Amino acid sequence: MAGIPHDHYEPNSKGEKWLHSRLPIVGLIYDTLMLPTPKNLNWMWIWGIVLVFTLVLQIITGIVLVMHYVPHVDMAFTSVEHIMRNVNGGHMIRYFHMNGASLFFVAVYAHIFRSLYYGSYKSPREVTWIVGMLMYVLMMGTAFMGYVLPWGQMSFHGTAVITGLFGAIPFIGESVQIWLLGTPNGSIGQPALNRFFSLHYLLPFILLGLTIVHVWAFHTTGNNNPTGVEVRRTSKEDAAKDTLPFWPYFVIKDLFALAIILAVFVAVVGFMPNYLGHPDNYIPANPLVTPSHIVPEWYFLPFYAILRAFDQEVWLVIAVNWITFGIVDAKFFGVIAMFGAIVVMALAPWLDTSTVRSGRYRPMFKWWFWLFAVNFMLLMWVGARPAEGIYPYIALIGSTYWFAYFLVILPLLGVIEKPNTPPATIEDDFNAHYAPKGDGAKPVASPAE
Amino acid sequence: MFRKFTLTAATALALTAGQAMAAEIETEIEDFTFSFEGPFGSYDQMQLQRGLQVYTEICAACHGLELLAFRNLHDEGGPALPDDQMRAYAEFYEVFDQSLFDGEGDFRPATPADHFPASSLSNAPDLTLMAKARAGFHGPYGTGINQFVKGMGGAEYIASLMTGYHEEPECALEGEPMDGFYNVAFAAGGFPESCIDEKGKHMVPGSWIAMSQPLYGDDVEFADGHSTELEHVAEDVSAFLMWTAEPKLVARKQAGLTGVLFLTVLSVLLYLTNKRLWAPHKHKD
Repeated sequence: MAGIPHDHYEPNSKGEKWLHSRLPIVGLIYDTLMLPTPKNLNWMWIWGIVLVFTLVLQIITGIVLVMHYVPHVDMAFTSVEHIMRNVNGGHMIRYFHMNGASLFFVAVYAHIFRSLYYGSYKSPREVTWIVGMLMYVLMMGTAFMGYVLPWGQMSFHGTAVITGLFGAIPFIGESVQIWLLGTPNGSIGQPALNRFFSLHYLLPFILLGLTIVHVWAFHTTGNNNPTGVEVRRTSKEDAAKDTLPFWPYFVIKDLFALAIILAVFVAVVGFMPNYLGHPDNYIPANPLVTPSHIVPEWYFLPFYAILRAFDQEVWLVIAVNWITFGIVDAKFFGVIAMFGAIVVMALAPWLDTSTVRSGRYRPMFKWWFWLFAVNFMLLMWVGARPAEGIYPYIALIGSTYWFAYFLVILPLLGVIEKPNTPPATIEDDFNAHYAPKGDGAKPVASPAE
Repeated sequence: MFRKFTLTAATALALTAGQAMAAEIETEIEDFTFSFEGPFGSYDQMQLQRGLQVYTEICAACHGLELLAFRNLHDEGGPALPDDQMRAYAEFYEVFDQSLFDGEGDFRPATPADHFPASSLSNAPDLTLMAKARAGFHGPYGTGINQFVKGMGGAEYIASLMTGYHEEPECALEGEPMDGFYNVAFAAGGFPESCIDEKGKHMVPGSWIAMSQPLYGDDVEFADGHSTELEHVAEDVSAFLMWTAEPKLVARKQAGLTGVLFLTVLSVLLYLTNKRLWAPHKHKD
């Protein structure tokens, strides 16, 4: 078996041997829990647990909500209010589910940015990264469809905007949009609500399946770590110097972090559950009245900003429009940019040419990375502002940097940057922080951080 | 009773002065102080009862409360009318019951299980969720700081709207007469061309609302002798509408507090466990 060498499960009793020869499930659980994990992992490696917890939280609260929710255009809104008012504990379950989506995205963005900084996406972890990106896209789809279900004003008009994106595809767009919405004239109504409900229930279970694939992939390659140096696999003993088993060391550490994050989460749910939502969604859907600003939930805002950044006054859009004989118009360009933003991120393993994995030892990369992180926040803010005045320019600059980071900066840095030398082993890095006692064992050269 | 400040929804203007654009409307929302603000806030039962009275005597003429059942008036943490009073209150209302008169349907007095009626005017919105549906002034600069720091929400908006009727500004008198009534807290109404300057900026806050001024002060008489000044009546009805929108607010805050306390203790225990677990490996034992 590939992976870091460690002790595997050995059935001892007669019963264990009987089961093991028929279904090695205990061994599977044992090997998963006892996975050798780099002992120098820092606090940015806790988000995986938070994400698993949140997925389970969303599935459990979601199942209870479905017991009371009615996916009908005339009853969806009042059934949600029924949950809020009459179902025992319903208001808490619904607020947990509603804010759980936000927790999910806080965690996933932290998780993704950790990977981007420490080069977790690089060889040999490309498959983990690609599966992760796929999960991220599914998460966004699930969150969007969940937002439609209360059938409030933002649900309805948000659906119009998002399905309208597909309508921007040349030639087939209109047919695709009609097919998605399920009505002959492309209006939004009962068929859309029903299929979004169906998919909103289905996709989390696919996410659950992909979680297993994601974990399987990085259990094969081993975790990355803040140094980006691989665990020594020469022998069980060498590996043991670099690692500690996942249970109990990292389980307890992760649970501690999870408890703190949940304390904040529960405070949000308890004290300001509607802070992150849009008030217009407490108005029942009305096709005849369009809200003055249609704003997606905060976690979509960076991509919403990219979508809107490329209007018909941008020379690139004009040029592409001219070259393609008008087939690619500003709207379609925006759609391509929005989806393209995620595609270029998914291609990061092949765009990053640096031989050094962790950003800790890359003096130039660090600056570009933090600029990328700030730019992400900037796009999030500008995505919620009206598309007028100075905001479109900010959005355009931010969007350009997003693409430049992946398509220009990451490939170039690998060539022009002179990286520092990472420590030889994970053990060295760990001992530099936690010096062993005793004679002569001086800490090894401290890493750059 | 309340601190006054001007909330600039049109922060875009400050950044881009001079550019022609469809401006966001500037409104004046006052930061009223309510008993239900903050993590420990709860509804003031007497205030909710007064608010119910204001709703019943004034608002109910046009506006409905469709999502609220009469039995809710008896709920703990709300106005908590005694059972007999709640039943007596319900009987004031007549509801149409399809099962009466051999399926032909007929009117009968409402029971606790019935809901308040819908709005009687087609352009008068239902008020049940209004305090949550109008909580959206995410200023300044769209950062949400007013909600976060000052605890401002839809109740502030409703109270500001009730007290926001003013004489029409002079610029409005120059042009065509406007439909509706000038209100400094209302953003979604008509606005006269003559009040927009050459840069496209609105010269006065608010806009023209279709609803005539519903409260003037001394509109009702409270059995508890509470002040009937305009601000106070507006506060009472806003608090009542906050309750209709979020009847489980108090229970939610208590659950939140319990959860935060529990998780804090759990974090401390897990911190100590983690520290002890790692100590030998961090050469600290």
